[in-house]
Amino acid sequence: MTAEQLQALLPIIMMASTSVIVMLVVAFIPRHSVISSVTVLGFILTFASLSWTGEVGQGLQVTPLIVVDRFALFYSALLLLASLVITLLSFNYFTKGSGSENQVEPGEFYILLTTATLGAMVLVSSNHFASLFVGMELLGISLYVLVAYLSHYRQGRQGSLEAGLKYLVLSGVASAILLFGIALLYAEFGVLGFGQLGALWSNIGALNGIYAMAGLGLLLAGICFKLSLIPFHMWTPDVYEGAPVMATAYIATISKGAVFVLFLRFFMVSGAFMQEMANNLLILIAIASMLGGNLLALMQSNVSRILAYSSIAHMGYLLVVLLVANTGNVPVSTISESVGFYLVAYIITTLGAFGVMAVRSNMLDTRDTDQVADYKGLFWHSPWLASVLTGMLLSLAGMPLTAGFIAKFYIITMGVEGLKWLLVSTLIIGSAIGLYYYIRIIIVMFMRHDEEPITGKRDRAVSTIDGLVLAALAGVLIWLGVYPGPMIGVIQAAFPG
Amino acid sequence: MILAWLLLIPFIGGLVAWLADRKKLVDPALVTLATLLLDLLIVIGFYFTRDAPIEISGQQWMAVLELAWIPRFGIGFVLALDGLGLLMVLLTLFLGVVAVLSSWQEINHRKGFFYFNILWTMSGVIGVFTSLDLFLFFFFWEVMLIPMYFIIGVFGHENRIYAAIKFFIFTQASGLLMLLAIIALVYFHHQSSGVVTFNYFELLGAELSASVAYWLMLGFFIAFITKLPGVPLHTWLPDAHTQAPTAGSVILAGVLLKTGAYGLIRFAVPLFPEASAEFAPVAMSLGAVSIIYAAAMAFAQTDIKRLIAYTSVSHMGFVLLGVYAGNETAARGAVMTMLAHGMTSAALFAFAGAIGQRIHTRDMRQMGGFWRSAPRMGAIVLFFSVAALGMPGLANFVGEFLVLLGAFKANMLLTCIAAIGLILAPVYSLIVIQRIFHGKRLVEKPIPDVTTRETVMMLMMIVVTVGLGVFPQPVMELMASSLDLLPVVAFNDEAGMVSQ
Repeated sequence: MTAEQLQALLPIIMMASTSVIVMLVVAFIPRHSVISSVTVLGFILTFASLSWTGEVGQGLQVTPLIVVDRFALFYSALLLLASLVITLLSFNYFTKGSGSENQVEPGEFYILLTTATLGAMVLVSSNHFASLFVGMELLGISLYVLVAYLSHYRQGRQGSLEAGLKYLVLSGVASAILLFGIALLYAEFGVLGFGQLGALWSNIGALNGIYAMAGLGLLLAGICFKLSLIPFHMWTPDVYEGAPVMATAYIATISKGAVFVLFLRFFMVSGAFMQEMANNLLILIAIASMLGGNLLALMQSNVSRILAYSSIAHMGYLLVVLLVANTGNVPVSTISESVGFYLVAYIITTLGAFGVMAVRSNMLDTRDTDQVADYKGLFWHSPWLASVLTGMLLSLAGMPLTAGFIAKFYIITMGVEGLKWLLVSTLIIGSAIGLYYYIRIIIVMFMRHDEEPITGKRDRAVSTIDGLVLAALAGVLIWLGVYPGPMIGVIQAAFPG
Repeated sequence: MILAWLLLIPFIGGLVAWLADRKKLVDPALVTLATLLLDLLIVIGFYFTRDAPIEISGQQWMAVLELAWIPRFGIGFVLALDGLGLLMVLLTLFLGVVAVLSSWQEINHRKGFFYFNILWTMSGVIGVFTSLDLFLFFFFWEVMLIPMYFIIGVFGHENRIYAAIKFFIFTQASGLLMLLAIIALVYFHHQSSGVVTFNYFELLGAELSASVAYWLMLGFFIAFITKLPGVPLHTWLPDAHTQAPTAGSVILAGVLLKTGAYGLIRFAVPLFPEASAEFAPVAMSLGAVSIIYAAAMAFAQTDIKRLIAYTSVSHMGFVLLGVYAGNETAARGAVMTMLAHGMTSAALFAFAGAIGQRIHTRDMRQMGGFWRSAPRMGAIVLFFSVAALGMPGLANFVGEFLVLLGAFKANMLLTCIAAIGLILAPVYSLIVIQRIFHGKRLVEKPIPDVTTRETVMMLMMIVVTVGLGVFPQPVMELMASSLDLLPVVAFNDEAGMVSQ
C-alpha cells in the first residue's frame, strides 16, 4: 500500500479510530457529556479529513476492496453529517433519563453509532462483494443493538427488545440470502469485484445460466430487504415503532442511504441494469412499493409507522431512477445526480421529522412520543417545533418551497426522459395517496384546542442544541427547495470515477 | 423589479402580521389591510407610470423580469405582466381588502396566523398571475394551496378538516398531473429543439406530434378544470366553501377559482392550440353541463353558503364555454365573467358570513323576514343577486352575454343549452331573497342591520359592478392585447367546428 493510498483511506481510518477512542472514553470517563462530545468531535474531524485525502482524481483503488473517489467522498460527507445530527439530537433524549433513580450513561449507544457509520462509509466506498458484505454487517450488527438499546433499562421497553430481535433475525436471514447470491455469482463467474463482473457481463450479453440468474436475484432480494422494498418490507413498521427514535432515524437515513448508494454503484459499475431479468424484477418491486407503501400508511395512527411505510414508498420512487438507466435515454451521470439529490433531500427531511419526535420524547417513557394524537394542537403551544415538522412533512409530500419538491421533480423528469410512463403514473398515483396521511398529521398539529381538549403532551423547553440543529435542518430544507443550484453542482461533481 | 415587489410585499406583510400578533404590537388585521392597500397602490401607480410595452414573441407586456434560477434545468425566475395579468392582480388585491374587512370581527383567536395565511395566499396567487416560467408557475400554483388549506382547516366551521383535506387532495393530485405534463412538454420540446427550458415564450412554439399534444393538453386541462371548477371535478368546492371562514370563501370564490380560468387562457389553450381546438367541443359541453347542473343543484340547497358555491360552479361554466368557443368575443366575455363573478360571489359570501355572525347558522330554513329589521342589508343582497342573475347594466350581464354571443357562432346547440342557465339563475338568486328576507320571521330577535364597515365594503363592490356593467370598454381594451394574440382566436375556422 502506498502512502497515497493510505492518505486516501484517511477518513475510514479516522472513523475507526474514533470508535476505539469513544470506547476507551466510555471505559474510563463514563460521563455522558464527555462521551457525547468526543463522539461529536470524532465525526467532525472525520468530516474534515475528507478534504485531506489528496487528489483522488478518477478514483483511487485501495486494495481490490475499496475505491476512494469523489462519489464515495461525497456520500461519506453526507452520512457523516447525518450521523453528527443524530449524535447531537441523542444527547438530550438520553439526558432526560439521567438524574433519576435509574441513572444511565448511554455510552454504548455512541460507540455503536460510530461503528455503524464506519460500516456505512465502507459501503459507499465499496466496489467489491467482500467489502460490501463487511460494510453491511458492520452497519447491521451495530443497528441490532441500537434498535434494542432501551430494553435493558428497568422500566424497559418491551417494544424495543421485540424490534431488536425482529431486526436481528430477519436481517440475519437477509444477509444470508445476500451472501448466497454472492456465492452463486462467484461460482458462475469466479470474480467478486463489481468492475470485473461488469466486464464479464458485457462480453456475454444477457445472463442465462441458472446460477447467475439465481445469484443476481438473491443479491437483489438481500439489498431490497435493507431498503425495505415490498415484498421485503415486513420488518420496517415494527422496527421503526419499537426502536428508540434516534436509532429509527439512523436506519431510515444512514442505513438506507448507504445501501442505496452501494446499490447505485453496483448498478452503474457492473452494468446490472442492462440485465433484462433484474430490470423486470425491479419494475415490479418499484410499483408494489410505491402503491403498497402509500396505501398501508393510510391506516396507521402512529407517526413512526407512517414514516416507515412512507419510507417504503420513497425507496420505490428512487428505484424509478435506476430503472430509467437501461433505456439509454439518460446519461448515467444524470441518474447518479438524481439519486444524489433525492437522497440528500430525503435524509434531511427524515432527520428533521424524527428530530422533532426525539425532542419531544424521553427515553424513560414506555414509548416515544409517536402517536398521531400526541401531536394534537402542537402548533399552538410549540409553534416552532410544529412548523419544523410541518415543513418536513410537506417535503415528504413533495410540496414546493421544500427540498422534497425538487427531489420529486428530479424523479419525474427522469421518468419522463426514460419514457417510463407506467412507473411515472404509479408515482403520481402513489404521491396523491400519500398526501392524505401527511396532511392528516399536519392538520392534527393545527387543531384548535379551544374546542378539542388537549390530549397531546405538553413539552418542556427545547434545548439550545436541539433548537439549533432543527433550525439548521429546516433552513437547509428550504434553501434546497428555493435555490438548489449550488447543491446540484456539488452532486454533479460526485460521479463515480 | 416592480413585479418581484408585488409578490414580496404580501409575503413580508404576512410575517409582520404574525409577529405583530405574537408580540401584541399592532392588530394584524390592520397590518394586512395596510399591506394590501400598499400593494394595490403600487399596481395602480405602475399602471399609470408604465413605460412603453415590451414585445416578446408577438405579445405586448407591460413589465418583464427575467432572472436565472435553476440553470441546470433551464428554469428561470420569469415574471411578466400584461393586461390580463394586471386585471387579475387588481382583482386579487381588491378582494383581498374585501376579505380582510369581511372577517374583521369573525376571527378573534390566533389572528396573527390567520392573516399570515391570507397574505401568503395573496402572494401565491399574484405569483400565479405573473409567472411565465412553467416551473415557477407550478411552484406558485402549489404554494397558494398550503395557506388556503390552513385557512379552511384551522379557522373553518364544524366539518372543516374533511373539507380542507378534500380541497387539498383534489387540487394537489390534479396539480401533479399538470407537473407531469409540464415536464413532458419540456422534454418533447428538448427533443425537437435541443434546448431544455421551462420558459413560456419558448415553449409556445414547441413542435409536438398531435397525440402527444393532446395528452399534454389533457394534463393541463384537468388541473385547471379542477380549480375552475367544472363538472365533474367540482365536488371539493361546495364542501370547501361551506366550511371555510368568510374571508376564506371570499378569496376562494373571488380569486382562487380565477386561477383555473386564467390557466386555461394563458397556458392550456395557447400551448396546445390544435389539440385544444380538437378538444373544444368536449370542453364546451362540460361548460354547458356545469351551468345547468350546478344551477339545479344550487336551487336545491338549504345551506346558504353551499347554494352560493354551486352558483359559482354555474357561472364558471360560462367561462369554460367562452374560453373554448374560439373567438374573441367569447374570450372577452369569459374574462369579463371572471371579474364580474369575482365581485358578486365575493359579495354574496361576505353577506352569508355577515348573516352567519348575527344568527349563527347557515341554514336558510331558520331564516326569514329579515327585511323588516335589516332593510339596507336586504337591498344590498338584492343588488348582488340581481347582478348574479345577469341584469343588463351590471358586469355579469356583459360577460355572459358576450360569451353566449361568441359561443353561438361556434356551437349553436351547446349555446342554447347554456342559455337556459340564464333562466335558472333568477330562480336560484331570487329564492335566496325570498327565503331570507321575506316570509315569516323565524328568529325572535330582530337582526342588526349592516354596520358602517360592511356598508363601505359592499359599496366598493357595488361601484365596481356597476362600473364594469355600464362602461366595460377600458377593461376590454386592457385585456384585448392579451387575448388578441391567443391562438384561441384563430382556431375556430381552421378546425371548422362551426356546427349546424
